[in-house]
Amino acid sequence: MAGEVVLLNFWPSTFGLRVRIALAEKGIKYEYKEEDLSNKSPLLLEMNPIIKQIPVLIHNGKPVCESLLIVQYIDEVWNDKSPLLPSDPCQRAQARFWADFVDKKVYVASRKVWRPKREEQEEGKKEFLETLKTMEGELGDKPYFGGETFGYVDVSFIPFYSWFHAYKVLDNINIEAECPKIDAWAKRCLQKETVAKNFPDKKKVYEFVAQTRKKYVSA
Amino acid sequence: MAEVKLIGTSQSLNCIRIEWALKLKGVEYELIEEDLLNKSPLLLKYNPVHKKVPVLLHHGKPIAESHVILEYIDETWKNNPLLPEDPYERSMARFWAKFSDEKCIFGVYEAAWLEEGEEKQKAIQSAQELLAILEMQIEGKKYFGGEVIGFLDLVVGWIPRWLNAMEEVGSIKLLDAERFPSLHEWSQNFIANPVIKECIPPQEKLVNYFNFGISYRRSLAVAKP
Repeated sequence: MAGEVVLLNFWPSTFGLRVRIALAEKGIKYEYKEEDLSNKSPLLLEMNPIIKQIPVLIHNGKPVCESLLIVQYIDEVWNDKSPLLPSDPCQRAQARFWADFVDKKVYVASRKVWRPKREEQEEGKKEFLETLKTMEGELGDKPYFGGETFGYVDVSFIPFYSWFHAYKVLDNINIEAECPKIDAWAKRCLQKETVAKNFPDKKKVYEFVAQTRKKYVSA
Repeated sequence: MAEVKLIGTSQSLNCIRIEWALKLKGVEYELIEEDLLNKSPLLLKYNPVHKKVPVLLHHGKPIAESHVILEYIDETWKNNPLLPEDPYERSMARFWAKFSDEKCIFGVYEAAWLEEGEEKQKAIQSAQELLAILEMQIEGKKYFGGEVIGFLDLVVGWIPRWLNAMEEVGSIKLLDAERFPSLHEWSQNFIANPVIKECIPPQEKLVNYFNFGISYRRSLAVAKP
């Protein structure tokens, strides 16, 4: 179960953050390696030759790629504490469905906010907020998506909160006002040490996002 | 006896893979055929988020998204396991399943729908590079799952017939037996399995389906270059 654990990551990545939180939830010690995505290391290219992306978890020399697959792997291998997925197959299916929704809808919509033309950005914003409202509907009055305890969907979604401040300042998207339950949920998650300790500084994320956006969006 | 229903269509590769899984496990189910051009209240009720097929109903509870459904089936009916037991092997099966669905199918579709020209040639080359990656995964094995059909075989199961149909409609040849001998052999083995054969739609039906889709796609490209 133990053995050597290495994480290849890029600090602002919401996908990498999922893995950091999952590792922390399980109390796993690991070696962290920061990647420069403009100059990918031979290790990254060797461990993820197909997609060439972070995060990559290397466990006893064997690579696991794709953030949600890594989180599931961590949950299955270190199954003695802090289960992330529920044990009931139907609830597990619901958890997988919503984590998949975060990837296929929330993330995809969030990128549309960066489209080059103004009216496309507005459309992107609208779509992004709609996906967040759908998540808000799913959360309902539960403290976490996992119910009483922090779980797989929470791990999958909370990293996106690290970018909300940037979206507010750069794109005038006020998620706190538009989706108050999501905002409250995020703040609740941030009270957990496993989340707070790994969360990047929101100002640094804002600077990074502002810099990167220049490549995609006209002034 | 558990009550299992599947809302789907008979030509959707995402739906057929669910039927394969249920049949491999000997699970009886009722297929509720959906008209995607006129979605039923049932589909909209049970998959309000995506409004897509397949949707599995088990004891009245809906499960959507084909990979999610496959894992649910595997966890609920434990005979004839689809996913490997070892967590690392499981993560690899899931990785290749994602690769097949997110890269390969779209790569092949792109090569099919593009009209003759440089872009089409590039797309053909890309699609073959993707198939070459799958070829490496099946080399030396009878099935992606090993000795028996597993999760990844069901997910890659679009290759024998859906790929053929796209090739025909797109006037392309991608799955060259010489270049991809292992994938080609796997394809023949897979489709010969009686359970697989039972659900697979006839070639003409898929050709019609892709003809419709590809013509429409081409018309969009003309309207908005």
